[in-house]
Amino acid sequence: MNSESLILFFIVAVVLVGGALIFSSLVPPKSTNPQKSEPYECGIPTEGKTWLQFNVGYYLFAILFLIFDVETVFLFPWATIMKSMGIAAFIEIIIFFLILGLGLLYAWKKHALIWE
Amino acid sequence: MAFNIYDFTSFNQSIDKLLYDNLPPFWALIIEMTLIGVAFLLFYALVGLFLVYAERKVCAFIQNRVGPNRVGPYGIFQTFADFIKLLMKEIIHIRKADQFLFNLAPFIVIIASFMAIAAIPFGLGLHAIDFNIGVFYVMAVSSLGVIGILLAGWSSNNKYSLIGAMRSGAQIVSYELSVGMSLVTIVILAGTMQLSEIVEAQRNGWFIFTGHIPAIIAFLIFIIAGTAETNRGPFDLAEAESELTAGFHTEYSGIKFAFFFLAEYMNMFIVASIAATVFLGGWMPLHLGPLLTDLLGNWSLKFNTGVDFIPPFFWYMGKTLLVIFLMMWFKWTFPRLRIDQLLKLEWKYLLPINLFNIILMALIVLMGWHF
Repeated sequence: MNSESLILFFIVAVVLVGGALIFSSLVPPKSTNPQKSEPYECGIPTEGKTWLQFNVGYYLFAILFLIFDVETVFLFPWATIMKSMGIAAFIEIIIFFLILGLGLLYAWKKHALIWE
Repeated sequence: MAFNIYDFTSFNQSIDKLLYDNLPPFWALIIEMTLIGVAFLLFYALVGLFLVYAERKVCAFIQNRVGPNRVGPYGIFQTFADFIKLLMKEIIHIRKADQFLFNLAPFIVIIASFMAIAAIPFGLGLHAIDFNIGVFYVMAVSSLGVIGILLAGWSSNNKYSLIGAMRSGAQIVSYELSVGMSLVTIVILAGTMQLSEIVEAQRNGWFIFTGHIPAIIAFLIFIIAGTAETNRGPFDLAEAESELTAGFHTEYSGIKFAFFFLAEYMNMFIVASIAATVFLGGWMPLHLGPLLTDLLGNWSLKFNTGVDFIPPFFWYMGKTLLVIFLMMWFKWTFPRLRIDQLLKLEWKYLLPINLFNIILMALIVLMGWHF
């Protein structure tokens, strides 16, 4: 099988969810009730808007994640040839990690890793 | 190599040949695709249903209860009954919710987990697609599920859902790093990202044994991060039922809720099967190493030939279920973490340890210290 057949898996997953949703929207009994379509917040009527500004902490961690995730992507090709390249790859990754570790230390010192 | 009755490669090829010899190529392709699709769909659904049942039984066992025992012997048909019930439930539409995104979210979580199992090798020749970037692909695709979770929380127009989704997003993206880096550690040792080759490289010993200390550290980190990435306890603060009702899927009802549930269990299955493939030798049987052979002599050889008769698929599922049991054990044993503790664990402990671990593994491979 080639990687084109991933489309097959995509289609099967869509059919699985879509089929069940269509079945579920046609077959089961229905009843309408104004209370039913309210957001469920433990019985108390919902107050104010839901889509508000959010804690900046999440944003900070998202940026940190972006940096380190891109770095993980770079690590994978390095890891596959590490065995065959030997010492040169090893020295390179130490330099790479020094720069990266500096970044992590900076974030640490700036208290970016503390949840507030 | 001698003929191996457990080798599915020739079996697959003969089906392929049979179809292409007797039918026009287009129809052969369609039938082949349908067969694979149906097989994987059945496997996916059955494993999902089984895992929900297993979780309830394990939970009951740990809490000294009986668990489901009414529907069928030992309650094994309980989850089928639940599935039919959920399918026959009305889908509730929430007022002011973003309907399009609300309906899109279950698609995304299911697609992410379903596409990830395409690359997993269940046995010799038993895989749909054998990528040369297998590890990377599974990691990448299974992490797409977080988009579905964020959409679900955001579009529900419910404050609990939104808080749950944001927590879940922060958690999944953080632990994604640890999952990736612990896999990098093993990729260094294996020298390849292709899952079938990684399994083949473990013929003379699983990586957790041959990889020296870094492999064990990487395995521990992978299990912790994998548990966190699937939003399971003790890291289940995204759906902390005591504070957020059900987190991001509070507003989902009927079969839509079932899909989130199914995706959670299948993500657990994917994490466990990657752990089994990469660290525990995939479908390779457990062989006693040279150290024990010296000690036990003839007996270890007999043991080694004996375990070869167990089909690889059973070895594979056994290891996967063992890791899944471990994760269920975590869930029902440890108390839930707070979000600051969760992020501290990842960014201040696991990430630095992982960086050192990668260097240590590179050094060991460079010096040839691994077994």
